[in-house]
Amino acid sequence: MTVAALSIQGLHKSFGSLEVLKGIDLEVAEHEVIALIGASGSGKSTLLRCINLIEPIDAGRILIEGEEITAKGVKVDRIRRRVGIVFQAFNLFPHMSVIDNVTLGPRKVLRHRGAEAERDALALLDRFGLADKAHDYPDRLSGGQQQRVAIVRALAMQPDLLLLDEVTSALDPELVAEVLNVIRELAAGGMTMLIATHEMGFARDIANRVCFLDAGTILEQGPPAQIFAEPREVRTRQFLNRIIEAGRLQV
Amino acid sequence: MTVGGPPDTGIDPQPRVRGPRPSLGPGGRSNLIAAVSTVVVFVVLAVVITNAPGWPAFQALFLNAQIFWYSLPLVAGKFWVNVRLFLTAEVLILVWGLVLAVMRSLPGPVFFPVRLLATIYVDVFRALPGLLVIYMLGFGIPALGIPGVPNDTFFWGLVALTLLYSAYVSEVYRAGIDSIHPSQAAAARSLGLSEFQAMRFVVVPQAIRRVIPPLLNDFIGLQKDTVLVSVIGVVEIFRESAIIQSAKFNYTPFLATALIFLLITIPLARLTDWLLAREKRRRQGGGSVPTGSRRPRLLAFRG
Repeated sequence: MTVAALSIQGLHKSFGSLEVLKGIDLEVAEHEVIALIGASGSGKSTLLRCINLIEPIDAGRILIEGEEITAKGVKVDRIRRRVGIVFQAFNLFPHMSVIDNVTLGPRKVLRHRGAEAERDALALLDRFGLADKAHDYPDRLSGGQQQRVAIVRALAMQPDLLLLDEVTSALDPELVAEVLNVIRELAAGGMTMLIATHEMGFARDIANRVCFLDAGTILEQGPPAQIFAEPREVRTRQFLNRIIEAGRLQV
Repeated sequence: MTVGGPPDTGIDPQPRVRGPRPSLGPGGRSNLIAAVSTVVVFVVLAVVITNAPGWPAFQALFLNAQIFWYSLPLVAGKFWVNVRLFLTAEVLILVWGLVLAVMRSLPGPVFFPVRLLATIYVDVFRALPGLLVIYMLGFGIPALGIPGVPNDTFFWGLVALTLLYSAYVSEVYRAGIDSIHPSQAAAARSLGLSEFQAMRFVVVPQAIRRVIPPLLNDFIGLQKDTVLVSVIGVVEIFRESAIIQSAKFNYTPFLATALIFLLITIPLARLTDWLLAREKRRRQGGGSVPTGSRRPRLLAFRG
């Protein structure tokens, strides 16, 4: 039996009296791409932030390749090296050039030598069509370019698992495709990913499995064909109907 | 288009970069009004002062040309002491102030004692009058006679100014650190950087860029406050002026001293204002639109 890349067991998380995650169980195999869909406030972002240990959890366990990362005494920084996260608002470091943004982690955390880190970063930037932007500052880039840099920055740490938190939600519509193409390429390359997204068409194309989050639980999960074509749960159907009405998903 | 304005040359009459100061507005009319009112104010002041009953005595005591030219090179020579004092102190203040600010900004219960100590320090040195601290250190510590501890008054003046100003400067730094959005630290931590590394490489560099103008302001204050160390016997520019004054029974040396301070601090004050105005423009003027390569890199980033 192979060990799951990511295993979440009975995860609970509250902010004050508001329980955001009410018992999440999820197993993710290596190279699997999971799309997390659901209304705003359903807990998608919180789930990703818990996996990255940005948010401390209240109950349950999270295991990465069999190692419990939520156990007491686990060094948080060591876990974060293995789990990359990309945020909705990019969160690039505005005082650093693109190349410095990308090499900061490898240099300071992985202790790569400057030249080595730079070479690797340039190769990554080149792969995603950003090589000519290496020495620009983030505020000179378009939103799509900034988000691609943010993805490259996460990839430079060579994570085992990549978390994408509504990475296209802050982008102008015409810039969404370039970011989605990057994620497609990553999926084709076998990157294990958890993707919280409102891009249903994209989720249908790229995900091996779709999880529908509703009020802090995974209400329904399955292959995209099943979830989008014949959802079992009423709530899933209602959610998808609203998305279709909004023109965000072609049936 | 205003009536009576310049003929339409196709140039946009509205200046787009200038601030909203009406006195600097376009058009001959407002310039004329500004010029006339300035002249009127200064003429009135000059008339009132020169017709004051004590004017001749004042002239003799404060505006003696001969004593001015005699004292100028002497006080200027001693100004070097002040320059050494504020340059050395400023370096120490910038470093120690930042250490204090970082100490106060470290999160988590583990660092509570560190935060507490830094807070007490800042509270104490902001509460005490500067003159008092200079007195107590300058006279008190040498009086203890501890072997190996310097009793040089310049040294203790330097220490006192550093202790006092670093308390203020640490608050400036801290405001800068607080102004950096937490998502920046979160992004750094998510790459695996430690709490301290996130501060060191991501938060503090951005914070410092933001607080350069207020730091310059404090630097101006420090330059002037170097004269306070004269009270513990350091012969610097103010003490030198006082020595000449008591020898010549004339206050003109203080005028020379005042001029030297104006010469040093006014350009710095202008620079600070310019930096502040530019920062304000940058924040208001649609930060999302890059203004091209002319944009100075010093403060060029978005919040």
